[in-house]
Amino acid sequence: MNLVDKQTVQSSMTKRLVKNRLANSLFFLAAAFGIVVLAILLYRIYSEGMGYLDWNFLTSFASRFPEEAGIKAAIVGSLWLMAVTAPVSLLLGVGTAIYLEEYAKENKVTRFIRMNISNLAGVPSVVFGLLGLTVFVRLMEMGRSIMAGGLTMSLLILPIIVVSSQEAIRAIPKEQYEASFAMGATRWQTVLRVVLPAAIPGILTGGILALSRAIGETAPLLMIGALSFIAYLPENVWSGFTVLPIQIFNWTGRPQEEFHLVASSGIIVLLIVLLLMNSIAVLIRNKFSK
Amino acid sequence: MRSFFLLAAIAMSLLLAACGNTEGGENAQGNDEGNKREGNGSSEVIVDGSSTVFPIMEAIAEDYQKQNPNARVNIGVSGSGGGFEKFAAGETHISNASRPIKEEEKQALKDAGIDYTEFEVALDGLSVVVNKENDWVNKLTVDQLKKMWSENGGVETWADVKDGWPEKEIEFYSPGADSGTFDYFSEVILGDAQIRKDASLSEDDNVLVQGVMGSPNGISYFGYAYYAENKENLKAVPIVNSEGEAVKPSKETIQSGAYNPFSRPLFIYVKNEALKNDAVYDFTTYALENAGKMAEAVGYVGKPESAYEDALQKVDEIAGK
Repeated sequence: MNLVDKQTVQSSMTKRLVKNRLANSLFFLAAAFGIVVLAILLYRIYSEGMGYLDWNFLTSFASRFPEEAGIKAAIVGSLWLMAVTAPVSLLLGVGTAIYLEEYAKENKVTRFIRMNISNLAGVPSVVFGLLGLTVFVRLMEMGRSIMAGGLTMSLLILPIIVVSSQEAIRAIPKEQYEASFAMGATRWQTVLRVVLPAAIPGILTGGILALSRAIGETAPLLMIGALSFIAYLPENVWSGFTVLPIQIFNWTGRPQEEFHLVASSGIIVLLIVLLLMNSIAVLIRNKFSK
Repeated sequence: MRSFFLLAAIAMSLLLAACGNTEGGENAQGNDEGNKREGNGSSEVIVDGSSTVFPIMEAIAEDYQKQNPNARVNIGVSGSGGGFEKFAAGETHISNASRPIKEEEKQALKDAGIDYTEFEVALDGLSVVVNKENDWVNKLTVDQLKKMWSENGGVETWADVKDGWPEKEIEFYSPGADSGTFDYFSEVILGDAQIRKDASLSEDDNVLVQGVMGSPNGISYFGYAYYAENKENLKAVPIVNSEGEAVKPSKETIQSGAYNPFSRPLFIYVKNEALKNDAVYDFTTYALENAGKMAEAVGYVGKPESAYEDALQKVDEIAGK
């Protein structure tokens, strides 16, 4: 006799296969939806913006003539801003995460800090702009400088970096700690030689996402008074500056149709800068996850 | 092991970068303060304020910068109100505004001990527009506009505005409450009344243009430049002026003042103290000499030539030249 009733298997098999196919196509559609929207966006930006995108566009300052308008000051400004934001936010963020995960005692204060960091991640960016204006620009008298802008941006993305670094550190198996301690390593040695190397990929993923947000953010910089027209390059972190999103925002608000096309060219540049930044980070990450 | 060295190297370079930043920072701050001190002799001119005036000042600064490569003109866009706030904090030399300075802003400047002079750099005609298919609206009076736009005006359809107009619901599009355009409109038209709550607000005037283009019963108002750019797709409503004539916005009617009460001046406010500094003086002079031409280049209307000559004389008096 048969252990398996072929008849029943046969009948339920078709049902299962149909279900499987349904689920398959549903998930494919979900994935395709995002990609289609992205493709439309890219196509639109590309078809509108390519006309004005040339070497001249990258090496000129803003202008009242769409054909002469360029994005030099904004590119350099964005890079300067990142040069301040990236080290400050990564050092503070990863430091906070290590403290909270490795050193802090589990008590009310720690829980309070943790809760507030998660809450901070949900605070609208304009609020950080106001904070930056009162603390960095006015109180610490940094003026409307790259330093003030960079520090404001660091505060904005700090919670994201802290939370993702915490997750990365928490994901490390307990055995690795125990092995390290068993060898007589101190906590600091363990953190430096076991925890950080293992957590780096996760930390960097969070860092990339956070910095990508910072480079596309306009509102807080408008609050602290970043400039819209500047026809010279910043010399140091105390100079005034403008950034890519502000320049793009400025162009989209113009009445002339041509400036909207110039804005699209600006968006292409912003996307390329983002892509470059991300690929550098991915390279570093791959190096460490070996 | 290898990954550890890499990690260490990266951590070190980050640390170094951070230290470098702070060290460089301190030095630079020293320099910066030095700059500020010698300063008012430095070539920096700081302008901020209205986004409506920005294109004119940008055009002026662009040409000025070309002729004076060492000049340092930078312009921010904080809105008329935000600009005055920074002006009163002593952070800017020139403040752009699309409306005259308010009483409380005057007071703030007085408290801060800042003397300033107002100059009109150009004119703008606030244009009231409807959809191209709208063939019934041939003119509007200030009273009709007030009735239409205020919360308690009781207007839902065009028929409520004037007998004989179709009973179709009006769709309202208005600039956002932070803009000088909104301020001007509410002062001239609404007075103490509140703007109707069902109006769609947008800070981006292009969104308003799109809104009216897309809805046959739409109505909106915005700066003349946005109408002039979209003349083929929009219909400007003639406004009944104080003499009782219905006038359409155009370069001539805006400049002559026949397009009232919607022909509005655009201002720059210059700190008197700053005019003693050569860079600010040069730039202000250059701005007033070219404002008319530049205003027209970016879609606004220039003032009569004599107005700029008077303004230049005033600048010279203040600067003591």
